[in-house]
Amino acid sequence: MKRIITVTVINQSGVLNRVTGLLMKRQFNIESITVGHTEQPQISKMTFVVNVEDEQKLEQLLKQLQKQVDVLKVNDITEKSIVVRELALVKVVAPPTVRAEINSIVEPFRAATIDTGKNVVTYQVTGNPEKIDAFIDLLKPYGIKDLTRTGVTAFVRETQKVHTPQLSIL
Amino acid sequence: MKMTVEETEQMYEEPEASAAPKQLDGADVLIETLKKHQVEVVFGYPGGAVLPIYDALHKNPIRHILARHEQGAIHAAEGYARVSGKVGVVIATSGPGATNVVTGIADAMMDSIPLVVFTGQVATTVIGTDAFQEADIISITQPITKHNYQVKDVADLPRIVNEAFHIASTGRPGPVVVDIPKNMATGIFSPTDETTGEVNLPGYQPTTTPNFLQIQKAANAISTAKQPLILAGAGVLFAKASDQLVELAEKYQIPVTNTLLGLGTIEGNHPLFIGMAGMHGTYTANMAIQTCDLLINVGARFDDRLTGNLAHFAPNAKVIHIDIDPAEIGKNVPTEIPIVADAKEALLALLEQNAPNGNTAAWLESLQINQKEYPLFYEASEEKGLLPQQVVELIHEYTNGDAVVTTDVGQHQMWAAQYYKFNHPHNWVTSGGLGTMGFGFPAAIGAQLAKPEAKVVSIVGDAGFQMTLQELSLLQEMRIPVKIVILNNQALGMVRQWQETFHGERYSHSLIPVQPDFVKLAAAYDLKGYKIESYEDAKVQLKEALESDEPVLIDCRVVQKEKVYPMVVPGTALHEMIGVKPE
Ligand SMILES: Cc1ncc(C[n+]2csc(CCOP(=O)(O)OP(=O)(O)O)c2C)c(N)n1
Ligand SMILES: [Mg+2]
Repeated sequence: MKRIITVTVINQSGVLNRVTGLLMKRQFNIESITVGHTEQPQISKMTFVVNVEDEQKLEQLLKQLQKQVDVLKVNDITEKSIVVRELALVKVVAPPTVRAEINSIVEPFRAATIDTGKNVVTYQVTGNPEKIDAFIDLLKPYGIKDLTRTGVTAFVRETQKVHTPQLSIL
Repeated sequence: MKMTVEETEQMYEEPEASAAPKQLDGADVLIETLKKHQVEVVFGYPGGAVLPIYDALHKNPIRHILARHEQGAIHAAEGYARVSGKVGVVIATSGPGATNVVTGIADAMMDSIPLVVFTGQVATTVIGTDAFQEADIISITQPITKHNYQVKDVADLPRIVNEAFHIASTGRPGPVVVDIPKNMATGIFSPTDETTGEVNLPGYQPTTTPNFLQIQKAANAISTAKQPLILAGAGVLFAKASDQLVELAEKYQIPVTNTLLGLGTIEGNHPLFIGMAGMHGTYTANMAIQTCDLLINVGARFDDRLTGNLAHFAPNAKVIHIDIDPAEIGKNVPTEIPIVADAKEALLALLEQNAPNGNTAAWLESLQINQKEYPLFYEASEEKGLLPQQVVELIHEYTNGDAVVTTDVGQHQMWAAQYYKFNHPHNWVTSGGLGTMGFGFPAAIGAQLAKPEAKVVSIVGDAGFQMTLQELSLLQEMRIPVKIVILNNQALGMVRQWQETFHGERYSHSLIPVQPDFVKLAAAYDLKGYKIESYEDAKVQLKEALESDEPVLIDCRVVQKEKVYPMVVPGTALHEMIGVKPE
């Protein structure tokens, strides 16, 4: 199962190494990872998307992360009400003959054109990963020349629907 | 290098007698901080990157044991830590010095031994340039340390050292590496408000006090269980909770088994003790795990050598797991009553509940029947020759069960665990999780330094001993009265046993064709050596050797093809053990 996990860490050198190293040592599969400062410069937040087999493995992952000396907080926010965002840059083959057609496809995604060449256009699109998958799928037939995705970052919403049962984090 | 006139003049100027306080550099501060932590001995080996530290040590001495190999130094520190309950301190130089302690760090991580390991490093100005004797020890040791640091500012040194000791010795203990670039050791330390060295670890707050509700649940479960069993691991020893453990067992008449590392938590001859459990545990202990209705794990981590096939482990048991490391609970075995706490606090809280006694008489009786029917056994005869088990039994007899025993890794380790019955906790030093050959002998040196009055016996294999025997120099130099007993089967015995059992007796590279003359080897180090070839000899010479106040080496020529039994074959469940009775 895919989980979104945020890890708040003290911004020590090597802390990213330590956290990803831990996931590797314990054979967890990282699908994506984003890192950046929080409002406090000495504190960073990492957002992981990981694939875990079952609840027991998930609990183990959270506990092992929590155990790291530089880790302040670990949250599995998958089941919370959250905002999930990813950004992608997509360079598409778009000769003038089809450019209008492509633009009309792109429009509902509210993608921005950030670079235009003679035969190619680069779009920037943000949204949850599914939206980005759909965007890419639609553009594929035209020929994608280059593609980069940032990986997921996420935020817990201010108002939560119902209380989701926590795992037995002791 | 040419000097300017000015510089040359300065060199010859009389030093001014000044009243200003002398300036301290990072190395001085390090030694001072070690003294604040009441470090009484450090184990180390000098080299270029740690020269400033050794210079500071020269000016401001702490007892330093110069091992003959950094691996020897760190295993000695582990032995010291295990027996004394204090933090073991190691110093190694950068590059090869640092990589030589990697095995010991991994060993300490697996067995939760508190160590602070200082490694030298090239100057921060050249880190990353493949400078002479540079090794990225921070990355190398990241997965095998509880935490590690590289000092990047001299002002941080006191804090980092304080934090290292705090992390190593609290919660679940473990090794902490502090990497000190050379220019941090020589850098001038100018005290400011920020450099008081205060520990600042917001992300590290081990839970030591048990949750009251869980304690109530556990007490209830203990009261109502018909077939309860205590599994005690090394966590009990770290918490110094042996007395409380025995009190709980006696109050509720609960039988006790141990993990390999937990031996000594309860007296070896205690009527409630049913022996070690696991791969080479007793039949009684393993069957007790398989049939108990309540398994009370205190400070053990359900290691695979203990559990056998997990799918069939303790099938009828409700599990209480007391552990200071929450990540151990539920890792391998589903747990009904998790208690994250220091073992002593948890046991005291359980005793305080004063829950009514259940009736375990029938259960204890059934275990006694097993003990009578399936005791540990070996078949001795004069023709066969000296058996390793006999040697361990004699060691036990001649030291009255009061010795500190260290072992290496292999068959001899299992025989020592099976046949040496400890009267006291903290007297057993062995490499469990990592299974590090070469551990036993240097660990004995550290153990003896921790307990100068104790009889320290190092039971080692002929092969493992040869991995770190250079430390014989320390016995020679300091007359450290360690008794080395080699259970010499002229083989990598444990490997040979597995090849016999699982690989059609194809002894691929496990029989040692030549050996040194160990008695002559001892003589080369100015130590008394014995060679014992029969049980009759053993009764005389082993006794004499063990009674000596000097270091001795005893080469016991034992039967090569003896196997450690009983055994849980990997992949099988505990109740499927083989070799439970003579054929
Ligand atoms: C450093 C290291 N290398 C290899 C092994 C694998 N191993 C485990 S036991 C053993 C044989 C040990 O032989 P010896 O020291 O003579 O002890 P014995 O089993 O004969 O009592 C070996 C090679 C190990 N545990 N550690
Ligand atoms: Mg051997």
